[in-house]
Amino acid sequence: MKLKLLRDNHPLHEIWRRFKKNKAAMLGLGLLMIILFLAIFADLLMPYEKAITQVGANRLLTPSFEHPFGTDHLGRDFAARVIHGSRYSLLIGISTSFISLIIGGLLGAFCGYYGGRFDNIVMRLMDVIMSVPPVLLSLAVVAALGANLRNLLIAITVSCIPSTVRLVRSVVISVADQDYIEAALSYNASDFRIILKYILPNAMGPIIVNTTMSIAVMILSAAGLSFIGMGVQPPAPEWGALLSEARQYMFKAPYLLYFPGIMILIAALSFNLVGDGLRDALDPKLKN
Amino acid sequence: MNENLIEIRHLKKYFPVKEGHLHAIDDVSLHIPKGETLGVVGESGCGKSTLGRTILRLIEPTSGQVLYDGVDLTTLSGAELSKVRKDMQIIFQDPYASLNPRMTVRDLIAEPLLINKVFKSKALVYQEVDELMATVGLSKRLASAYPHELDGGRRQRIGIARAISMKPKFIVCDEPVSALDVSIQAQILNLLMDLQKDLGLTYMFITHDLSVVRHISTHIAVMYLGQCVELCPSKELFKNPLHPYTKALLTAIPVPSSEMRHKKIEVVKGEVFSPINPAPGCRFSARCTEHKESCKGYCSDLVEVEPGHFVACPNI
Repeated sequence: MKLKLLRDNHPLHEIWRRFKKNKAAMLGLGLLMIILFLAIFADLLMPYEKAITQVGANRLLTPSFEHPFGTDHLGRDFAARVIHGSRYSLLIGISTSFISLIIGGLLGAFCGYYGGRFDNIVMRLMDVIMSVPPVLLSLAVVAALGANLRNLLIAITVSCIPSTVRLVRSVVISVADQDYIEAALSYNASDFRIILKYILPNAMGPIIVNTTMSIAVMILSAAGLSFIGMGVQPPAPEWGALLSEARQYMFKAPYLLYFPGIMILIAALSFNLVGDGLRDALDPKLKN
Repeated sequence: MNENLIEIRHLKKYFPVKEGHLHAIDDVSLHIPKGETLGVVGESGCGKSTLGRTILRLIEPTSGQVLYDGVDLTTLSGAELSKVRKDMQIIFQDPYASLNPRMTVRDLIAEPLLINKVFKSKALVYQEVDELMATVGLSKRLASAYPHELDGGRRQRIGIARAISMKPKFIVCDEPVSALDVSIQAQILNLLMDLQKDLGLTYMFITHDLSVVRHISTHIAVMYLGQCVELCPSKELFKNPLHPYTKALLTAIPVPSSEMRHKKIEVVKGEVFSPINPAPGCRFSARCTEHKESCKGYCSDLVEVEPGHFVACPNI
């Protein structure tokens, strides 16, 4: 029996129907589901102890039935570390992207729609933030606030906001110029309604793609910070941190690089595919 | 009886540009009697569209007054302005750009009704939408279509349905047919005229197409570079044009006659002046065949030379 959550003519049905037609997007969604499944049920699949218990006798074992991904230089089960690492990486990637989308999106929409002095002040501020290399900026924030997960999130979000503001502002400006905005004004639509029902839906395409792509970038930049010891603190596993630890044993145990590397690749790819598919499904012009 | 629904007094709109001010509308005074259609003609860039938008205060005027039923719109704000806007609507030139591509036909027409809370329940709103679609000749099955799926004529019908949804009294038609092909133009014009009769509408019809304006207007205003140069009843304009620019415009209408085949159409010589910081005096003087010394200082106010026939030219 088919599960029915929504009535038949609901717009979400239509979007889902169009999304389903896109094979690449469905592949991305499938991969994303697997990663999310790993992250959510990590404790059931592999107890966390296994990821942090050091067994001296088991150092750098090659993949076997007992240790599917082998063990690392401290004898910890690498499969458990990769699976639990997905929690950190996804948490960092998704939360920072969405926070910067909300803050940057609102700022950008207001700047683009109203323009004027507010726009000028905000954009110059963003220019200042953008003129500092992002890693350096994140590093400065972490150094000032202290190295832990929360501050890592703040640091990455801050460095990501300017590009979001710029993107949203530019698409809002191009949409706000259209005749249908003027039409909406002529029948008394409020600014709030115009931004929500007219501008954002029409500006959504590039914003969705940017956000899903930035999730991948965020995972990488968190990995970079963890690599220099400013991010997720050991013994907590995180894909980037796993990569940097494995780097020292690159020739002795190359599989330690493969698994987190492939996971980052799959995660980034799946977010991009889903984002692309979502953009196409949300555009009524591409309906067929 | 024939009181004026719209009265424009010395309306000005200057846009600041690098070199100074662009005089889009310069001291225009017009009036539109209730239930009639004022055609506004003029070449591209003469400020026709700006005039229409300024009347609705989609563009803020620099100075001057717009009286709607005796109320000065330029001083209104907030709730009062919203109330008046329900009575004044606009139909745009590009029927595609003026419709939100993310909304279905039903939502597009319902939007003004929902925003202004005309009806108590959504069911009543959608019932009204169905009636409006029937009125403008849109079939019911199109209700859940998106604008890009329809042709230009149907899109313009959506625009018209949306404009009349709040039962306005005055509609600015900003070149509503110039983006459509000729057979559709006729349909839309007839629809607009039928609606005028049934709903008692007053139109301001902006166009550059003289044959269209002749068909639909009762009065015609001719604009040149932000100024109104001639204003008179429609028939009078075609029979007895007085301003040199109007004469030039009328000779540019192609005549469908075999005798005219090898004759060259007389065109106005010279270029249109820049509307940025224009020199005082008659703006048409440099291209005018009847140009005299006295044209230079002329302030180009409309003068009533015959009853109901206003011209801004010192030589008449």
